[in-house]
Amino acid sequence: MTVIQRVVKPSTHKAKRAIIKKEPKLIEDTKQTLCFKGKNTSQIVVNFMKDLPDAQIMQKKNDILPFEDITPIEKFSIKYNAPLFMIALHNKKRPHNLIMGRMYEQTLLDMAEFGIENYTGLKDFKVSKISEGLKPLLVFNGELFENNHEFNRIKNLLVDMFQRDTVEKIRLQGLEHVLSFTAVENKILLRSYRLLLKKSGCRIPRIELEEIGPRADLICRRTKLASEDLFKQACKKPKELKVKKKKNISVDKLGTSYGRVHVGAQNINSIQTRKMKGLKKTMAEKKVGVKRRNVENNDNSKKLKVDNNSTD
Amino acid sequence: MDVVNSILQNDIQEKDPRKSTIVNKDAEIETDLGTLLALDYNALNLKALKSQPEEYLRSLTRDNVQILINKIWELPVERVDEVIVAKLPKQEFILPRARQIPKAKPLTKWQQFAKEKGINTKRKSKSKVKWDEELQKWIPTFGYKRNKAIEQKEWLVEVNNEDKAAENLFANAKAAKEERKSKNELQRLRNIAKAKNIKIPKVGLPTKEHFADSQQLSQAMTIARTSTASLGKFQDRLPKEKDAKGIAKQVPGMKRKAEEVPRNLQEEKKRNTNLADNILKNNTKILREDFSVPKTKPAKAEKNKKKGKKAKGKEIKKPKAGKGERNMRRKVGGRKRR
Repeated sequence: MTVIQRVVKPSTHKAKRAIIKKEPKLIEDTKQTLCFKGKNTSQIVVNFMKDLPDAQIMQKKNDILPFEDITPIEKFSIKYNAPLFMIALHNKKRPHNLIMGRMYEQTLLDMAEFGIENYTGLKDFKVSKISEGLKPLLVFNGELFENNHEFNRIKNLLVDMFQRDTVEKIRLQGLEHVLSFTAVENKILLRSYRLLLKKSGCRIPRIELEEIGPRADLICRRTKLASEDLFKQACKKPKELKVKKKKNISVDKLGTSYGRVHVGAQNINSIQTRKMKGLKKTMAEKKVGVKRRNVENNDNSKKLKVDNNSTD
Repeated sequence: MDVVNSILQNDIQEKDPRKSTIVNKDAEIETDLGTLLALDYNALNLKALKSQPEEYLRSLTRDNVQILINKIWELPVERVDEVIVAKLPKQEFILPRARQIPKAKPLTKWQQFAKEKGINTKRKSKSKVKWDEELQKWIPTFGYKRNKAIEQKEWLVEVNNEDKAAENLFANAKAAKEERKSKNELQRLRNIAKAKNIKIPKVGLPTKEHFADSQQLSQAMTIARTSTASLGKFQDRLPKEKDAKGIAKQVPGMKRKAEEVPRNLQEEKKRNTNLADNILKNNTKILREDFSVPKTKPAKAEKNKKKGKKAKGKEIKKPKAGKGERNMRRKVGGRKRR
């Protein structure tokens, strides 16, 4: 899809800002997540969804089945500018169903369906909790995450879902939360721990973990993954953000930096020297000059030859 | 025995890997410090996982987190507002973007021209207000206040020419301004059309011919759908999609609706009279006047023969005796003779 270039100009500054806000950006904001309840839900799925960090659940129930028709979710994602979504469903065939997915260019990129088993909520762990809005450490265990294509993508999706903001600096004391995913057979075991930094006798602290919930085993059900091409296209990094290698600059042992400057070949023919009567061109020379110019305009390959002759 | 046991336990505690910051792994785990991510692709200990799942998971995660923390603690540290902060490297784990990379806006015609000619139109400091000597006031360069000021300033127009006195000069100026505005709008739309590669006429406004109407689009869709080897039998239809009307002849497999058989004599009669009326009304010639004239002219056919070389591939005929020279190398049709 091309970038929408509006034919009708926005008439107010506010409208203009709103449009610019929705346009693609070079450096993107943190991805927002939309959480829905489906037509039928179970308490377990909804509770689990509420326990997940940064979950804000839409009030109403929505009659959406993403694997049948994704369009309503795409509409919501455009409206709220949120490329990630989660929807809780429950039926006899697929009890306690949670679908996670993400968008690219406001259309579906990939989504995965999980059944929730062995659920223990955040409230059931009677321990002190972590403060809100922390960036979690993510740990993925199991060879399946590397070898299995589906699990590999799910890993990518989960990182996208739970990583929160990308930051440049992090407070060392703020590392408090660990989310661990372990792939076993058809399941992903989700565990959430609090990080305790203990003294170890050296600078690096010893780690201990305390489970704070939620705990759940996610059974992988249906998936709808993006094609290899689309995924590759979505993963493209903009050229502008690439750091260019600085050439021809070197630093010696004393810390003095040297730059090497390349001077291009000088075009001696066209340099304006001092004007003198003696050096003035005769009529014949002028005519040759005009001819040469015409030739240069017509053909570039001939240009070289003429130049060589003139230098001789 | 108690003493021995206690000593043994002490020994175990000292060697307990939980108590140290060093973790040993079979294969090194991948870490991405930018995302605070640890990927452990080692095989799981399924026995332990079955017997003591929670304990095993916690110890496994602890080890991996310990490795991650060890690496984070090696990062350069800063002190910001009494808090120790580590500087994270760039994210290495590749995640898809939410939207595509923004493309550069295509230049307008004027911008392109200015770029080619090297015209620099951007003045860096253009003040928003200008001092007006006549009104002794600061006047903005744009906006309603400028318009008001101009109205104040130009309440009277000098007329040099007596012929022009009869005209309404204020109205003329207003009309000229409208003209300039609409010209600008047209140019803006032209630039948009150029950016989107839409064909528009060089002079004047685009007409209906430049845009496909709904009928054309539905025709194109129907033809596209039926253009498979199985005539679109296995192609899905959009909800509420219908076949285009009036192209049943061109599209194979599409049936024309047969006209209903008239129910009674009266209806049949009415139809026939209608048909006759229609023909008479339309002034169409029922009989062709040029019936006996052959379609192709013989003179043209000869010309084609002379040009022969071009149409060589198509018009290969069996050689017949007694016609022109023999050329053994010429490729001709017919049965291959051995």
